[in-house]
Amino acid sequence: MLEFPTWKKIWLWGLTLAAVAASLPSLFAAANAQWPDLLPQPQVNLGLDLAGGSHILLEADPTEVAEQRLENMEETVRSSMRQAEPRIRIGDVSSANGQLSFILENAADIDRARGILEPVLQGTNLVREWDLAVIDGQRMVLTPTADGVEQAVNDAMESAVDVIRRRIDSLGTREPTIIRQGDSRIVVQVPGLEDTDQLKNLLGQTAELEFKLVDLNALPSDVQAGIAPPGSEIYPFAEGSDGEGQLLAVKRLGGIRGDSLTGAQAGVDSQTNENVVNIQFDQQGARKFAILSTENVGKPFAIILDGAVLSAPNFREPITGGAAQIAGSFTAQSANELAISLRSGALPVALVVVEERTVGPDLGADSIRKGMLAMLVGSIAVIALMIATYGRFGIYATIALTLNVLIILGIMAGLNTTLTLPGIAGFVITVGAAVDANVLINERIREERKRGRRVIAAVENGYKEASRAIYDANITNFIAGVLLFLFGSGPIRGFAVVLVIGLFTSVFTALMLTRMWVAGWLRKTRPSDINI
Amino acid sequence: MKLLKLVPEDTNIKFLKFRLPFFIVSLLLIAASWALVFVNGLNYGVDFAGGQEIRATFTQTDVAPIAELRQGIGALENVGSPIVQTFGAPNEVSIRVKLPPEAEGNPEFAAEMTREITDNLRANYSDIRIDGVDSVSGKVSGEFRQDAVLALLAAMLAVAIYIWVRFEWQFGIGALFALFHDVSLTLGMFALFQMEFSLQIIAAILAIIGYSLNDTIVVYDRIRENLKKYRKMQLPELLDLSVNETLARTVMTSLTLLVALVPLLAFGPASLFGLVAAITMGLFVGTYSSVYLASPILIWLGVTSNSFVPQETKADRQEKIARGEA
Repeated sequence: MLEFPTWKKIWLWGLTLAAVAASLPSLFAAANAQWPDLLPQPQVNLGLDLAGGSHILLEADPTEVAEQRLENMEETVRSSMRQAEPRIRIGDVSSANGQLSFILENAADIDRARGILEPVLQGTNLVREWDLAVIDGQRMVLTPTADGVEQAVNDAMESAVDVIRRRIDSLGTREPTIIRQGDSRIVVQVPGLEDTDQLKNLLGQTAELEFKLVDLNALPSDVQAGIAPPGSEIYPFAEGSDGEGQLLAVKRLGGIRGDSLTGAQAGVDSQTNENVVNIQFDQQGARKFAILSTENVGKPFAIILDGAVLSAPNFREPITGGAAQIAGSFTAQSANELAISLRSGALPVALVVVEERTVGPDLGADSIRKGMLAMLVGSIAVIALMIATYGRFGIYATIALTLNVLIILGIMAGLNTTLTLPGIAGFVITVGAAVDANVLINERIREERKRGRRVIAAVENGYKEASRAIYDANITNFIAGVLLFLFGSGPIRGFAVVLVIGLFTSVFTALMLTRMWVAGWLRKTRPSDINI
Repeated sequence: MKLLKLVPEDTNIKFLKFRLPFFIVSLLLIAASWALVFVNGLNYGVDFAGGQEIRATFTQTDVAPIAELRQGIGALENVGSPIVQTFGAPNEVSIRVKLPPEAEGNPEFAAEMTREITDNLRANYSDIRIDGVDSVSGKVSGEFRQDAVLALLAAMLAVAIYIWVRFEWQFGIGALFALFHDVSLTLGMFALFQMEFSLQIIAAILAIIGYSLNDTIVVYDRIRENLKKYRKMQLPELLDLSVNETLARTVMTSLTLLVALVPLLAFGPASLFGLVAAITMGLFVGTYSSVYLASPILIWLGVTSNSFVPQETKADRQEKIARGEA
């Protein structure tokens, strides 16, 4: 009991001091004091429920990604067959039931077609992206593999996170947290932001800009009835645009996507005094746009944003400079939002808000102040009670408890975790566990003394006998904590993280630190009786 | 210095003398709790029911005009009948509205509704402060419900298995039953008083489970120790001895936690009130269940002092026979 090798002391003190040091920046922040900039600054983040701010959970529809992918594949197949030498003629192209199928007009082309498509189907990653089947020797059927779709959804979500980050950064808000959750969700948390309307407008807009040729051969009566001629599709005009309420037939393929932009700015047209968005294509986009406008001078094209036609002007002349202007009944604010969205790139998939929480900053600050006061009063009461009951051993227990709280904070700061309201419940329970561990030890020492053991034997036995229950209780709660973390959602996890960290530190401080101090004291003074 | 002793030395209280009546009362309370849960239902917050919750504080008025709010907001278009309750302080209200089916997947609709309600509040009450808005879709709230139940069940089961391994199967069942009792009574209380049942309350239930478990294990540990020590003692007597020996610790720990929790209840933030109230209740319920449920179950499940004596293996037996001892 009294033997405490120096290396063990160094270890215990080293761990303690490191964790306590890590807790300091958070404590400075809580007291509104300035922590020196030069030093590292690990900090416990306060959850939005404590600090105020907005939390938005966005969800994507994976089937949309699959549809988009199918459309891209159709375009790839058509162009690669056309560019083959000699050209491979295909027909009866259809994409139904998530599959793409077409007929080779000449069955002899089958091996060449296979050879051309194979690298495309294999994909750039290690997973095979499409399966190819040939029916009746002439019809080729492409089916996306589950791995391929998963990969595509994953890629789409990854890039959606990037796009969201760029959009939110452009709002100038501080330190947003944007993380993926599960397969098809993204959590956005912006501390301090209370009015979420603008944020939601920004995130709700896919900003998929397309330029497509108007199908002039379509019968107006068919179009208004929503019937698209072969090779065309029907789009409604956007709300507030000149053609509001009408439909328009555009050619499905051969258009240009707005994802090849280098810039977009909101502006005002000097002639019409209308709010507009000026866009600049990158080199490749500019070349495509030049070809499209040159080949179709005098013909109308549709500017389509997120599935609605903004306007359908004519190409008056070939546009070779790579710059264009989008008009369509914008307000100054909506033009600005569109410009931001276009600059940050289109979202690869539409996102819908499925959960939203905002907490006012007043409430957060108020909560913290009241919580601090209550904890201060509670701590003083606990310290008084412990010292009154266990004397010197109570003082050791109090120091251990204080260090316990600091170490929990330090570890949380080091791991960059977030303290939420449920986390405080976890805090209460772990401090409870630490109190209990100290009480168990001290009561056991009392008991052993009462049974007539000498001081050192009593203390030794006290620690030994009490630690069995302490370990069992903490391991049990630890198991519960891990399972809660694995199965629970957000708030439950917030509880579990603090619980798991706190159980470790409770055992560490109550069993190891106090034991070191008690042993040091006993060895130095060798008392024949102890007051406990 | 004379130190404080909360519990006199060598107590010998016959805790388990009335174990049967206490157990029956506990069973009745559990039954009543579940009856309340099924008849009254839990007052699910938006976390579990979906919909919108707007929290607001009246900064100049002491008591929020609940009935007036309910009527005023209910009269708005599309809102339906809102649930208006105070939470924490009497001047803090939570207003909950269900989202109509067409709002699912249409965030514009939900946002519009929030704006309508908050505009109305700001126009009618000059001293109102909007503290927060929660909006949870039906899909997500369903997942929250499922996750919470799954997490609770998984944690409780794993804990019972650990106790079974470390102690005996009877102890595992005893601990599980004590936890079931604690969770049931907490749910019953929420059903009775129709307090809002949110994800935070799940955190409180978790805390109750954690505390109750801790308590049960401390008592069990002493029972295990005494079972090894006093091989001939009758089980009820031995359980009483174990509870009495740990009594000083039980009182001290509970009191210490209580003095830490009461200030949080009295002047902690309103947002923590439900959480702290539930934990405080769990302190009492958890202590009670360790003594009056987890312990007597061991008698009924037939724990004997042999449970912790290493069993004689076949090899031992043969060796004994060979030495002519048996």
